[in-house]
Amino acid sequence: MLQCKNLTCVREERVLFNNLNFTLTSGEILHVEGPNGIGKTSLFRLLVGLSSPYSGEICWQQENILSDRESYYQQMLYLGHKSGVKPELTALENLQFFQRLYNPSVEFDVWEILTQVGLVGYEDVLTGQLSAGQQRRVALARMWFSDCPLWILDEPFTAIDKNGVKVIENLLIKHVQNGGMVILTTHQDLSIPAELYKNLTLQKPAFGEQYV
Amino acid sequence: MFNAFAQIVRKELLGAFRQQSDILNPIWFFVIVVTLFPLGIGTDPVLLARIAPGIIWVAALLAALLSFERLFKDDFIDGSLEQMMLAPYPLAWLVSAKVFAHWLLTGLPILLVSPLLAIFLSLEANTFWALFLTLLIGTPILSLLGAIGVALTIGLRKGGVLLSLIMLPLSIPILIFSTMAIDAAAYGQSYIGMLALLGAMLVGAITLAPFAIAASLRVSVS
Repeated sequence: MLQCKNLTCVREERVLFNNLNFTLTSGEILHVEGPNGIGKTSLFRLLVGLSSPYSGEICWQQENILSDRESYYQQMLYLGHKSGVKPELTALENLQFFQRLYNPSVEFDVWEILTQVGLVGYEDVLTGQLSAGQQRRVALARMWFSDCPLWILDEPFTAIDKNGVKVIENLLIKHVQNGGMVILTTHQDLSIPAELYKNLTLQKPAFGEQYV
Repeated sequence: MFNAFAQIVRKELLGAFRQQSDILNPIWFFVIVVTLFPLGIGTDPVLLARIAPGIIWVAALLAALLSFERLFKDDFIDGSLEQMMLAPYPLAWLVSAKVFAHWLLTGLPILLVSPLLAIFLSLEANTFWALFLTLLIGTPILSLLGAIGVALTIGLRKGGVLLSLIMLPLSIPILIFSTMAIDAAAYGQSYIGMLALLGAMLVGAITLAPFAIAASLRVSVS
């Protein structure tokens, strides 16, 4: 269970959002909405512990995430704007690295996953020479072998074609049906059944509270 | 735990093997700077042997500075640094792996070409051994100190100059003790004391620097 308690995020003395509260339990998808610049990516960076909140706290299983990073990171998968894929390695090498470092206990068939993300035939091409969508697919392929319950996905569908989006949505549905949790942002309309996800719309702070 | 260390070193070496200019350029720079000195100040063997330790050490320092850019910068740009910070292992341990790989790619080649340079500068065998040992102990300290500087300046657009300003004063003690050891060797004296001091600095750097690097990265990336 992931809990946000009275979370306030401040960037350059400007309050992006304040007193944000939400709870995510297993089997839920949370879709974070809001216009550009409202603080979606900043929220995600707070949720994964890359930056620390101005006030409030984020708890994973009743424990502040900053107090025990390693056990939180064992159960959390984050895919951000930057893919984290090394351009000078091939798709196969990138996947093997991710698997060995982040999910060493999971046995899986690399070829199976390459088929799922549509990269068969490109496995020995350097990732830097692939198209933007294909590079994105290399990063997203981590979702197929992740055994983490919590997935935090910042704009996962960027540069992905319609068919790919559908495949990923099905994967998300399967993940939450197995008891997982997903937080994502996207500017596209989700075609996931409405009962499976809830929306969180980020609000600008009230006038007079916009600066600290 | 050791698997994570090995995986990061393996990935770094593989990446560097694909982009060889990143490793070769600092080495070329090192060799060229050292060869410029005999051309500039004449080929008097006595003079060259006298100033050789200083030349080689300063050139090694500058070559190390040149190579620090690739330590975290590319990772920062493509997002793999973020992902490394979210790995389920202590960050200090993972950055140690990065620094170790960086030393293998930049410090070790300097050690390997040093015999060639010793011949250029007409060093005697005894002096050369002192030089070799100080480089062996000193270059890992440079890599560790440099990594702190890189971690602090990574978010800045023009961090290169700032990195040199942070890094060069910190490396003065290494330079002093290394050149003292080599001078002592040149006069036929024992230099084990200076080596022991360098070794103490290395142990200190290995145990403390990874935590400083990890903390600096957390600050810079947030």
